[in-house]
Amino acid sequence: MSDQKKLAIIATKGTLDWAYPPFILASTASALGYEVEIFFTFYGLQLVRKDLDGLKVSPLGNPGMPMKMPFGPKWFRGINWNIPNIIQANIPGFESLATALMKKTIANNGVATIAELRELCQEAEVRFTACQMTVELFGFDHSDFIDGMEYAGAAKFFEFAGESDICLYM
Amino acid sequence: MANFDQELDASGLNCPLPILRAKKTLGGMGSGQVLKIIATDPGSVKDFEAFAKQTGNTLLSSGEEGGKFVFLIKKA
Repeated sequence: MSDQKKLAIIATKGTLDWAYPPFILASTASALGYEVEIFFTFYGLQLVRKDLDGLKVSPLGNPGMPMKMPFGPKWFRGINWNIPNIIQANIPGFESLATALMKKTIANNGVATIAELRELCQEAEVRFTACQMTVELFGFDHSDFIDGMEYAGAAKFFEFAGESDICLYM
Repeated sequence: MANFDQELDASGLNCPLPILRAKKTLGGMGSGQVLKIIATDPGSVKDFEAFAKQTGNTLLSSGEEGGKFVFLIKKA
């Protein structure tokens, strides 16, 4: 048995904000010498689609998310736009607007894009496994996902997770 | 400032990019060589300490120069 440390992650969320933690931790652990595997299931499958344009962020019903503008003078950027849920829910395209603003904020802060982080993970040989059951449940096809994926079930996850030093559910 | 063999400017980059770039650059260097890293992410101070500790590379120095963070790491 090798003494290399192991990190197992289950990625279950399919939004732009929650796409970050699995890829940030996986790529960093890999740089620290860990062997890493991410098991993508349910909405987490969105993170391994070829097309990442479906990743959006919604401030609706998310009181933890500040709504600030990524442009304009400093005083303007500092304003937290407290938009009531009932209004957010009724403006068509509100989610797309919030997503565009968040992408701008991400770029302004020198934070990597999801595509970039995902590629860094792949370069670092982080193993990506997709849950075959949810692939079928949501009507996806293997051709919807990036190359280099493995398709398996819960038993395959435990094979690696059972030997891991750190196991995270996200 | 001590001598170094390669320089990596990670200014403007945020977590985890400075660490990932440093790891990649060190990968192409020889044992005993020194990498100078410049970063603006305040989190990188603790991160490079932790990186060195966990990867066995030596953090020779960590400091601030003209508002930027500068690290010297010697490859194991």
